Amino acid sequence: MKRLAEALCLGVESTADDFGVGIATFNGEILANASSAYIPEEGGIHPREAARHHAEVADEVLDEALAKAEIKPRDLALIAFSQGPGLGPCLRTGATVARALASYLNVPLVGVNHSIAHIEIGKLETGAVDPVTLYVSGGNTIVSAFDSGRYRVFGETLDIALGNCLDVFAREAGLKHKRGMPLGAAVEELAANGEKLISLPYVVKGMDISLSGLLTAATTQLRKGEGELEDLCYSLQEHAFSMVAEVTERAVAHTEKKEVLLTGGVAANRRLQSMLRSIAKDHDATFNVVPRQFATDNGAMIAWTGVLAYTHSVATPIEESFVKLRWRLEKVDVPWMK
Amino acid sequence: MDEVDSQTLLKKGAEASLFLARWHGRKVIVKTRFRKKYRPAELDTKIRSYRTAHEPQLMHEAKKAGVPTPTIFLVDLKNAAITMEFVEGKQVKQLLAIVSKKERRELGVKIGELIGKIHKHGVIHGDLTTSNMILSSEGKIFLVDFGLGEKNTELEARGVDLHLMKRALQSTHYEFADECFRNVLKGYSAVLGGEDAEKVFEKIREIERRGRYVDERKQAS
Repeated sequence: MKRLAEALCLGVESTADDFGVGIATFNGEILANASSAYIPEEGGIHPREAARHHAEVADEVLDEALAKAEIKPRDLALIAFSQGPGLGPCLRTGATVARALASYLNVPLVGVNHSIAHIEIGKLETGAVDPVTLYVSGGNTIVSAFDSGRYRVFGETLDIALGNCLDVFAREAGLKHKRGMPLGAAVEELAANGEKLISLPYVVKGMDISLSGLLTAATTQLRKGEGELEDLCYSLQEHAFSMVAEVTERAVAHTEKKEVLLTGGVAANRRLQSMLRSIAKDHDATFNVVPRQFATDNGAMIAWTGVLAYTHSVATPIEESFVKLRWRLEKVDVPWMK
Repeated sequence: MDEVDSQTLLKKGAEASLFLARWHGRKVIVKTRFRKKYRPAELDTKIRSYRTAHEPQLMHEAKKAGVPTPTIFLVDLKNAAITMEFVEGKQVKQLLAIVSKKERRELGVKIGELIGKIHKHGVIHGDLTTSNMILSSEGKIFLVDFGLGEKNTELEARGVDLHLMKRALQSTHYEFADECFRNVLKGYSAVLGGEDAEKVFEKIREIERRGRYVDERKQAS
């Protein structure tokens, strides 16, 4: 093996609709981040259809990542994969690819918690050290901060995830996917031209939020055909984002940490960014947002978190590499944090 | 006559700021919900005035249920400010980690009784954390911060309220969260009666099964 800092880790991500392969050096340089998204003909993600897509594209995404990093498989010192949480069939497809690679190359395997990977790539890319993190995506809405060996969950959604709320509304409104963008991005575009705030449910319970009532009310308004779609998108965003912003601010006040990190697919939303920036400023904290290419699910974050885990003596023997559909991030020790 | 003097900032929370002040020679707390610039003014005004108007009502209701809450002196809706009694004491949050196992058990049971009392009376606290409980110098536990509360007798609301208590214990007192929550449920059950309490506990399990709170959920899809 080369010097440790130059060793390479390949990470496989496949928790939901994206199949991604990333390559990271042990000192935190991302050499490649290739991916392919499964876009359903209509409706939401069908887990088995998504898994079939992942199996079909695995080869080419893998080749693309290796070519981009200009390395050969034999150069890899470590294989990491997203072990959960996520959709069963999708997770199993990625795990199978990772196990095959690790045993063929005879290198160690590390199972990575997907939620933690979103936090770690955000920290790596922004330089944040110990932030309060708002992780918002199609499947997760979590406010988390590190304390005593683990990332603790301070707030989360009691029902649907923020990205899911935006996606479902966008589908109801007949909005279409744009290349490489989540469906929610179409809502953001329309919302930018909205002016009138339509009153919708605002539900904060303690540090948790509930979005299902908001989604129902917004789609009901939509079906009634009253008002402009732009105003409805604007109102949906303002209500939903104000709710996640409020619970994030509560975690910042509670933990008194001086960094705020926004990560996950919805982190690309500029309006949400501006809200969190405002909160960070009010609490004399720095605002950090994950770069767009690492916002949605990606292999690079898995590769990098695999490095962190492996260099702190965490490895996953193949016989223990079964996927964990509901693997909560506060169940995972993070020995690389102090 | 409504003038409040010499305010000093005690705690800048996320939802409101607490000031220590004097009012007619008394030590009082002025809780002010300042404008949040991140959200639209319309929504901001709605949230702040709603909470400022409802919080004192719920605190009053809690008192009727036999649960100590600070006495309200003034409510200023225009500035979203509430002037209330200053309770001398310590936050339960600070106490849990330093008291003996026996005292911790008693605190847990006592907290459960208080939650049982407000629930029985139709009040949901909405933000049950150990920072919102003050053990007064006279040994009574005061519940504060009803800003996210509501009047509700439904099982769902009660279940979520207790679930939030459990979550708060897990994020702040993870070393003895399970033990504490068991004692909370014990006290709760003693007040509400075993049968009614069990319905709420079943609701908590249902809320947890909804998917985001358990390691392994039965795969429905």
